[in-house]
Amino acid sequence: MISGQKNRSDAISIRDLSFSYDTQMVLTDVNLEVNSLDSICVVGPNGGGKSTLIKLIVGLLSPDTGTVRVFGERPEAARLKIGYVPQYAHYDPQFPISVFEVVCMGCLGGSFTGRYNKSDREQVMKSLATTRIEDLAKRPFSSISGGQRQRVLIARALASRGDILILDEPTANIDHESELHFFDLLTELNRDMTILMVTHEVGFASTFFKRIACVNKQVVIHPTSALTGDLIREMYGGGDLQMIRHDHCCSSEGHQHD
Amino acid sequence: MTEFLAALSDPNLPFFRYALLTGIFASLPFGIIGTFVVVRRISYIAGAIAHCVLGGIGLGLYLERAVGVTWFGPMQGAVLVALLAAVVLALVSRYASQREDSVIGALWAVGMATGLLFIAKTPGYVDPMSYLFGNILLVSKDDFILVLALDVVVLALVGIFYNKFLAVCFDEEFARLRGVHTGWIYLLLLCLAALTIVLLVRVVGIVMVIALLTLPASVAGNFSKNILQMMVFSVLFCASFVVLGLGASYSLDLPSGPVIIVIAAAVYLLVILSTHIKKIFL
Repeated sequence: MISGQKNRSDAISIRDLSFSYDTQMVLTDVNLEVNSLDSICVVGPNGGGKSTLIKLIVGLLSPDTGTVRVFGERPEAARLKIGYVPQYAHYDPQFPISVFEVVCMGCLGGSFTGRYNKSDREQVMKSLATTRIEDLAKRPFSSISGGQRQRVLIARALASRGDILILDEPTANIDHESELHFFDLLTELNRDMTILMVTHEVGFASTFFKRIACVNKQVVIHPTSALTGDLIREMYGGGDLQMIRHDHCCSSEGHQHD
Repeated sequence: MTEFLAALSDPNLPFFRYALLTGIFASLPFGIIGTFVVVRRISYIAGAIAHCVLGGIGLGLYLERAVGVTWFGPMQGAVLVALLAAVVLALVSRYASQREDSVIGALWAVGMATGLLFIAKTPGYVDPMSYLFGNILLVSKDDFILVLALDVVVLALVGIFYNKFLAVCFDEEFARLRGVHTGWIYLLLLCLAALTIVLLVRVVGIVMVIALLTLPASVAGNFSKNILQMMVFSVLFCASFVVLGLGASYSLDLPSGPVIIVIAAAVYLLVILSTHIKKIFL
């Protein structure tokens, strides 16, 4: 029970959670279990509660009712085990900072002063190598392309040495080629990290993901193979929708859509 | 300029040397904190703190002259109220983010108002002009020692927590998720800004503080690849603006604060124009 607990226990476990901003209910009756080395894609319409769900998992928000546990701990206590990749759109393009310095921030935490030591710097170079952007290390963060910036933010999350990688709409604003490379990279990382990714474009829920969580006030889990046009229309309430094919079989629970 | 140099070496004009030395040594915290204020985009918060300082100055004058408290003067009042304003603003940004600008505006005006009320009730003539627009030539030896103390405090704290300050300015949410106590770091930053502003008020006055805090850093931002470089450049720019401004104000017989600001603004404008022209032609 004690040995290997990390591998067997759920990486993320959400029970009977509900959350509202003031009087507006955002999420109700959410139950979600994410196993170690799972890869799960969080989709849903804008305003459906995707980002709120992420903020609850990382502990930036607290649930009104129910519990969130990350490796059995409260999110605030488990924060350092999560590598977080935010949307990059909100960065100040005039902020003078190099790629290396941005990635270093992944190593913050733990120490009182926040100074980086030799092993931190080695970890940063390793993360830059994993995301294949070592040659950009000295470049200003503002001078590189959208796809490269996305990689920098992933490298920063990897420098955190976490067990879970959480990405918030990482494919927004990047071109198709970068996107393909991006999923290659995720596949590689998924070998020893649990991956949870948010997107509002269902098109990005590619064959890579094992499961899909549809978030629209409630959270329903589908194996990727179960994602059909009807189901999406139901989640999004109709309209023009882009469809994609999923061949991947999912071992975990599906759900009934009544 | 020769008259200026002559004035500096004149043993009968010690205040002039203090003015110059204070200006140069004060450039250190101005440049460092100004850089953070510019990249974190909180110059309006710096403005609110600066205007609150008048409330503290008024309180100090009132207690000193009307009540007869010997240990509490305008300087102590300014420091106290500036720190208080920093704490209030840090709390506001944490708990009332949607209404932050209204609170800042209110604090800005209320600080001024209480200051003027205290001054009105203080016996004897007090000219608020020197506080509003500054007069570096009134700087005393005590002020110079305070500037040196602030140099040490700012260099030490920013040196120790540099990475945390940088992270909070660049991406506060991420820093928080890495276990950084961002609320405390932000509060520390605002308190350092408050202390810096109190000294700035001596040099250029309440109304023009924002300009001297942000213009050198904005100019420096155009040449800098990282924050450290930006700090070094803004310290140098700030020091040159103060020295040039003092020299010009002495030679032309003009008030020092406005001359310093006009020089800083002119350089900023030139830098902005030249970068635009460079973009068009290259």
